Amino acid sequence: MKGCAVMDKVKSLDDLRKMKAAMQNATELREKGQNIDKLIEVKVSMATCGIAAGARETMAAMMDEATKRGIKNIVFTQSGCMGYCHSEPTVTIVRPGEEPVTFGEVKGKRITEIFDSYILKGELVDGIIPLSSKSIHD
Amino acid sequence: MSGCCDGNVERYKELQAYIDGLPDKKGRLIGVLHKAQGIFGYLPREVQEFIAGALGLSVAKVYGVVKFYSFFTMVPKGKFPISVCLGTACYVRGADDIVSEVEKILGITVGQVTPDGLFSLDTLRCVGACGLAPVMIVAGRVFGRMKPSDVEGIIAEYRAKAGDSEKDKACEGVCCHG
Amino acid sequence: MANVRMHVLVCGGTGCTSSRSLEIVDALRAEIKAQGLAEEVKVVIAGCFGFCEKGPIVKISPDNTFYVQVTPEDAKEIVAEHIVKGRKVSRLLYVDPKTTEHISDSKHMDFYKKQLRIALRNCGFLDPENIGEYIARDGYMALGKALFEMTPKEVVDEVKKSGLRGRGGGGFPTGLKWEIAASYKADQKYVICNADEGDPGAFMDRSVLEGDPHSIIEAMAICGYAIGASKGVVYIRAEYPLAVERLQKAIVAARETGLLGNNILGSDFSFDIDMYYGAGAFVCGEETALIRSLQSERGEPTSKPPFPAESGFWGKPSNVNNVETFANIPVIFLKGAEWFASIGTAKSKGTKVFALAGKVNNVGLVEVPMGTTLREVIFDIGGGIRNGKKFKAAQTGGPSGGCLTEKFLDTPIDYDNLIAAGSMMGSGGMIVLDEDDCMVNVAKFYLGFTVEESCGKCTPCRVGNKRMLEMLEKISEGKATEKDLGRLRELAGIIKDTSLCGLGQTAPNPVLSTLDNFYDEYLAHVRDKRCPAGKCKSLMQYVIDPAKCKGCTMCAKVCPAGAISGKVKEPHVINQDKCVKCGACFATCKFGAISKR
Ligand SMILES: Cc1cc2nc3c(=O)[nH]c(=O)nc-3n(C[C@H](O)[C@H](O)[C@H](O)COP(=O)(O)O)c2cc1C
Ligand code: SF4
Ligand code: SF4
Ligand code: SF4
Ligand code: FES
Ligand code: FES
Ligand code: FES
Repeated sequence: MKGCAVMDKVKSLDDLRKMKAAMQNATELREKGQNIDKLIEVKVSMATCGIAAGARETMAAMMDEATKRGIKNIVFTQSGCMGYCHSEPTVTIVRPGEEPVTFGEVKGKRITEIFDSYILKGELVDGIIPLSSKSIHD
Repeated sequence: MSGCCDGNVERYKELQAYIDGLPDKKGRLIGVLHKAQGIFGYLPREVQEFIAGALGLSVAKVYGVVKFYSFFTMVPKGKFPISVCLGTACYVRGADDIVSEVEKILGITVGQVTPDGLFSLDTLRCVGACGLAPVMIVAGRVFGRMKPSDVEGIIAEYRAKAGDSEKDKACEGVCCHG
Repeated sequence: MANVRMHVLVCGGTGCTSSRSLEIVDALRAEIKAQGLAEEVKVVIAGCFGFCEKGPIVKISPDNTFYVQVTPEDAKEIVAEHIVKGRKVSRLLYVDPKTTEHISDSKHMDFYKKQLRIALRNCGFLDPENIGEYIARDGYMALGKALFEMTPKEVVDEVKKSGLRGRGGGGFPTGLKWEIAASYKADQKYVICNADEGDPGAFMDRSVLEGDPHSIIEAMAICGYAIGASKGVVYIRAEYPLAVERLQKAIVAARETGLLGNNILGSDFSFDIDMYYGAGAFVCGEETALIRSLQSERGEPTSKPPFPAESGFWGKPSNVNNVETFANIPVIFLKGAEWFASIGTAKSKGTKVFALAGKVNNVGLVEVPMGTTLREVIFDIGGGIRNGKKFKAAQTGGPSGGCLTEKFLDTPIDYDNLIAAGSMMGSGGMIVLDEDDCMVNVAKFYLGFTVEESCGKCTPCRVGNKRMLEMLEKISEGKATEKDLGRLRELAGIIKDTSLCGLGQTAPNPVLSTLDNFYDEYLAHVRDKRCPAGKCKSLMQYVIDPAKCKGCTMCAKVCPAGAISGKVKEPHVINQDKCVKCGACFATCKFGAISKR
């Protein structure tokens, strides 16, 4: 999570494994929605390209929207980019227990639309970007 | 330099403090020049002489390095420096039309500063936002997917900004670069 | 609560919309409504699936059925069979050309994905400013494995076995490079990361540094262990402020976590990294010039040998690798060299990231296994050419490279094939050009770049390239003759053979490549004084089509040169001798009567 406190020092390979397990647990809990809050994770792609296309404004507007609607089980983070320059700003949303979904050209009234449909109800909206690459974990 | 404020003493102090903080002085010239340009906005002769003295180098050596690297400039930029990317991706998407439009609106050519000191125009080669080509940078902010017709509005926005800050602080302008 | 139980995703990418995918959307929506399912089934327009060749694509979720080449007429059947009865429409499924099997289920969900992300594996998935997220995704485990389970020699051997070659341009085998650097004895050695990314139009290194900086830190540490270096240096371009900031933060976080510094993970290996900034000189991407620049000198290349591996930064053995090269390293240790070597072609292993830009629909970063064809990259992943124009060429290798024309579209991309095709891999910039691009102009652009960036140390490059540029200018102004084309070629050969560094040696490539592939276009410029693409201003003419001209006089009013004459309501004409080619008339005419020729 953003603003995460300074890590403890890892002094051995074992320490590193423990930290990995702890971190995975934390992310997994968040992603699988097993913690009490069932957090929805919103990742805004913040690389040069995305920022130039308005990613900072998008992040701010989405945070505002969440506050305005009183949604508390939501967490915002930044990430690098997936290289979708053609559709920046892009935002990836992970609803508890579900596959991540990436939305393109997220600004203006698309933000309210995404809140109304996807964040609140899990209904997709036009302009999602299908993941078109395999990962090394497959 | 300027008569309107005594910022320069402070600036030299800041630069000296940076140099003093370096773990060693060997091979640090480029880093120091970056810092100095950040502080002064450009690298006039006096600043180069100061750096040469502080690092124990000849002025000629410092000058040689400043001349070699296009990132360093010996002339002041405008308060809002404008750079248009002329990298390949931007070029094939019509960046030269953006340059002409800026030249037309500001009445200056590449490498010049407007008489009011607000804008300067330069070109550069790729800021890595090629996916949004053509790209224009104003005072560090990147504008992507530019059309010549967008230029006017963006410049007007910065003109308005300059007007606002003029009201706040009387002492700001060519000499201090914000 | 939501009732939607099913989503139907219809590709709204450029490729699919041009084959009527939006009509499919309408047909599906109408049919779903007719069946009274509008509440529970939602049709959504998605972006390109990267499989445009088989478009239009329709994907149904959650069961992950992937239909290809769907037509609006298929909508009824999809709704009646799949959505209502839960039976897949097998004639619309993708048929594997090898096994002739219909692929329908989520087990094979990935069959259509042409990209494989190794170097970009984490970009976009984790917060680059949070080392914990990197660690959660196996971060620093490769370093741990190297330090505790392998000797430095075994680390070098693993990299050799993987077949990884340098991604910075030269394609030199990385393992071999490490072995050479390891072989020198010295009190201090350096690991240098080349993050200068000079090719204008390439941006993968920036993306990695901004999106996954820890992978570079980890890889540099592994390299340090392998060659016996305790210091790392990153030379990063000043034009990338965000990348600088992210890497800086990552280095600090790694230090605080104990993953950089003394006795990493309790081993007796110590390693730390320092950052140095470039200052806008392309030649500093060349490794010997880079080292001079690191030492705060003018970035002029030095002759090799000695190679940096023997005498580099401050005269010490130094290993220089590119950002993307490093980004591959941790994966080689996590997944094994065999796994890595199983991807790609005989002599080019793994993947390559391309920065797809120019006249292509889906501009962006793509990472594909070596051996993928240009056609797949540009037409499937890239979604084809913008505005329905015709593909002309793809420029790879930046200012050192060349153009790949239509005849190479089905060539598998790897280091050797690209060289055989008269271009090169370079750093992975891929600029797509269409019918509107003039190849003389493109060659002139690149040469103008190298002339500007030549350090001036040696004559062939400093003077020769300038001569070549002047000749190209003559050509594009219609002042050259056929003889000049021969002279151009001759001069190019001399410059290639006698320049000191890679910049000069490769500078003529864009010219040679366009001469080879587009000789007709050069001929048109010198013989007919015509620019077929209409780009070269001095050869271009604005003309008024009398059939379309309404005689509104608007053009005559805006012409600053008084070049246009004609009576009201009668066709106007442009006097070519007076016209200064400002284009004002062209922009003004509301009737499309003025065209460029
Ligand atoms: C003119 C010139 C510019 C270069 N620019 C770069 C560059 O920007 N980035 C890079 O990684 N390599 C660049 N190289 C290649 C480097 O010299 C060197 O081969 C490379 O960094 C080695 O790393 P690798 O083996 O991992 O590719 C350039 C070479 C030349 C001749
Ligand atoms: S070839 Fe060009 S860039 Fe290279 S050393 Fe000679 S003048 Fe400098
Ligand atoms: S503006 Fe167009 S229609 Fe009008 S006179 Fe000129 S060419 Fe003819
Ligand atoms: S291009 Fe410019 S100078 Fe030429 S005819 Fe048109 S308006 Fe006049
Ligand atoms: S490079 Fe990241 S979105 Fe363009
Ligand atoms: S070419 Fe303009 S940003 Fe890369
Ligand atoms: S797959 Fe539909 S446009 Fe690419």
